[in-house]
Amino acid sequence: MKREDPPVILDSKHLGLLLESLKKSGYLTVGPTVRDGAIVIDEIDKVTQLPVGLTDTQEGGTYRLQSRKDAAFFAYNVGPHSWKKFLFPPEQRLWTLKKNGTKFQFVDIADNTTRYAFIGVRACELQAMSIQDRVFQNGHFQDSHYMNVRKNIFVVAVNCTQAGGTCFCTSMGTGPEADTGYDLALTEVITGSLHYFVVRSQSRNGAKVLEALPHKPATAAQLKTANEMIAQAEHEMGRSLKTHNLKTLLYENYEHPHWEAVASRCLTCANCTMVCPTCFCSTVEDVTDLTGENAERWRKWDSCFSQEFSYVHGGSVRVSAKSRYRQWLTHKLGTWVEQFGTSGCVGCGRCITWCPVGIDITEEVRRVTNGK
Amino acid sequence: MNHADNPLLPREFRVSKIARETHDSFTMELDPAKGAKALHFASGQFNMLYAFGVGEAPISISGNPGNPRTLTHTIRVVGPVTKALHGLGIGDWVGVRGPFGTNWPVRESMGKDIVIVTGGIGLAPLRPAMYEIMENRGKFGNVVLLYGARTPNDILYEREVKKWRSQFDLHVNVTVDRAAGKWKGNVGVVTTLIPNVHFDPYQATALICGPEVMIRYTVIELRKRGVASENIFVSMERNMKCGIGHCGHCQLGPHFVCKDGPVFRYNQVKRLLDIREV
Amino acid sequence: MQTMRTYLEEHPFFEGLRDEHLELLSGCAKNIRVESDEYFIRTGKEANYFYLIRHGKAALELYHPNRGPIIVQTMHAGEVLGWSWLLPPFQWHFDVRAVEFMRLVALDGECLRTKCEEDHELGYEILKRFTHIITARLHATRIQLLDLYNG
Repeated sequence: MKREDPPVILDSKHLGLLLESLKKSGYLTVGPTVRDGAIVIDEIDKVTQLPVGLTDTQEGGTYRLQSRKDAAFFAYNVGPHSWKKFLFPPEQRLWTLKKNGTKFQFVDIADNTTRYAFIGVRACELQAMSIQDRVFQNGHFQDSHYMNVRKNIFVVAVNCTQAGGTCFCTSMGTGPEADTGYDLALTEVITGSLHYFVVRSQSRNGAKVLEALPHKPATAAQLKTANEMIAQAEHEMGRSLKTHNLKTLLYENYEHPHWEAVASRCLTCANCTMVCPTCFCSTVEDVTDLTGENAERWRKWDSCFSQEFSYVHGGSVRVSAKSRYRQWLTHKLGTWVEQFGTSGCVGCGRCITWCPVGIDITEEVRRVTNGK
Repeated sequence: MNHADNPLLPREFRVSKIARETHDSFTMELDPAKGAKALHFASGQFNMLYAFGVGEAPISISGNPGNPRTLTHTIRVVGPVTKALHGLGIGDWVGVRGPFGTNWPVRESMGKDIVIVTGGIGLAPLRPAMYEIMENRGKFGNVVLLYGARTPNDILYEREVKKWRSQFDLHVNVTVDRAAGKWKGNVGVVTTLIPNVHFDPYQATALICGPEVMIRYTVIELRKRGVASENIFVSMERNMKCGIGHCGHCQLGPHFVCKDGPVFRYNQVKRLLDIREV
Repeated sequence: MQTMRTYLEEHPFFEGLRDEHLELLSGCAKNIRVESDEYFIRTGKEANYFYLIRHGKAALELYHPNRGPIIVQTMHAGEVLGWSWLLPPFQWHFDVRAVEFMRLVALDGECLRTKCEEDHELGYEILKRFTHIITARLHATRIQLLDLYNG
């Protein structure tokens, strides 16, 4: 249930209490942490595991961590991971099967009861989660594995106060401020010696957790500072994408020569689909144990960039790299709208940053639609 | 969670009958486990058939929708799963998920002529429509079945097709791409049969199933006769894995073939059929 | 000749042809019957005629030394058969067998060629109709070449 309480102030030194409180309530707290030179999402127990005092610089095909002069907790943008790895895991067992003589017994194992608290979810990622909701739980068929995890999450959102070099959420209308879909939303403010969070609660759960933390009402000046910082992020977006009439323009340009030009650079490595927070394609693998009595089915992330993806007996439908890139982009920004009533892109910029050759979705769209 | 709630979980079915159709295809009948409910289906829908440990393949249902207790599938042996299914015997078990997808608009076409054009294994998903039409024969006008196969040895349901051919209230024409001298039937592509067959193009529903190239030329011939494209229905083939529009494999433009198809009104896919590798 | 005129007029191949032209063509036409399994066209033989099928079915065959006759196309009432009379060396390129009893109208090739040379308007009409048929058969053959159902 969406509700909006007056915003309050949480001192930065009390952030750890929020984690503790969530853990005490039975949540597995997961959030940003540094590993192998990147900010990834993993289990975190204490705030020191957050990327304190770090920021990132991102460009097409480039990602670097850098130190900041302050001790900010959330002064960076999104990394290679997204929250879909918990809701829609890269590898997941769907069922097991026991052979009883020749008879079969299928056992459903949609039984993940983990309650996750997501710490540090950005506005674009909230939108990404709502998009995957449409795929896995709001359509004619529901995915019980997804729903089991989804219904139990606690979301601590963080408003972006700076934009990355590959960010374009402003033009996608998905950020930088968290609008809906969270329990608590934080805006981190550092001015001089002051370091605090403006916190909004949007759910009963959120209010309950907040209630137990030391907080005081936010002043008008504090809110103004927080809003100015969000506005700052809004204006420093590294990229932009024109969405007006985009679906139609893409449909009209299936044969545009630029697809070939992109294909000459694209390695069809599928990085963009792996880092994308909305890409939902999957395949299954069927396995048996050594006795031959037990079988399992595993679901694994798949990508429309592989040739096998479109295989029907006799051959693949999309053989050329051109057709596969075109499928990805046209799906993401065009056909997705027909399928789910929303664009499949949230403007997070991951596909640009993590493309080994720096292919830029915003630039390719401009070319393919002749800048219209 | 039980099967009814989880479309990803197969149900157990037992092989009750196996019949060879051609050198590379066979028909398999499946019965639900004792006490389990029958799977009601409509003509044109498909099931995902699972062979133990090997995997699943989408196979259209080729039996009578009026008799849902038995699931009939005609299977062409082309990959590991269909090969494994081919290796099964009577009494063996398979997993079944489904039925999935859209159906042929048979009931909606009552009062009209029906023109079925199909090729190869494409007759299988249209046989349920034939059964449905035959059971309500009085409610349709002219009923035409044009069927193309590679050679006389590749004709599916030969005995049944012969029976249909002999019926005064059906117009059935079979043609093959090549034949030895002793063949008494037609030789030539199935589309060449369309100009001379008797039906009212302005009061007809056309149902097409076959390779995409065949579909394309069949539509051209039907349009020449005057059949409106909104009265033409086609069954499309793509890589279908989940059956519920979640895995993304079967996309054809905005459509998930497994859930929005396989049967489409031709208008829905017309534009897409002209784009290569879409 | 009235009956022959009617046969020509009723056959789809000559649909819409002017009266005077039908009259001219009637002079080149004769009725023939072919019994079931009888060959009436043989590879390499002189192509003197083309045929309008009025009734029955014909199989167009190519002879393969190991496999025997291969049927590449069958033709039915309402269709025409043979265009080798049009161009030198006026020779058939295939065998044609009646699969069942047939009635045909045979039009004399030499007679037709003469009439077409004398009256180019008639010649153009005939060529247009043949072009249409040749195109359709070429097209059908191309689809057959794809071996669609084997893919």
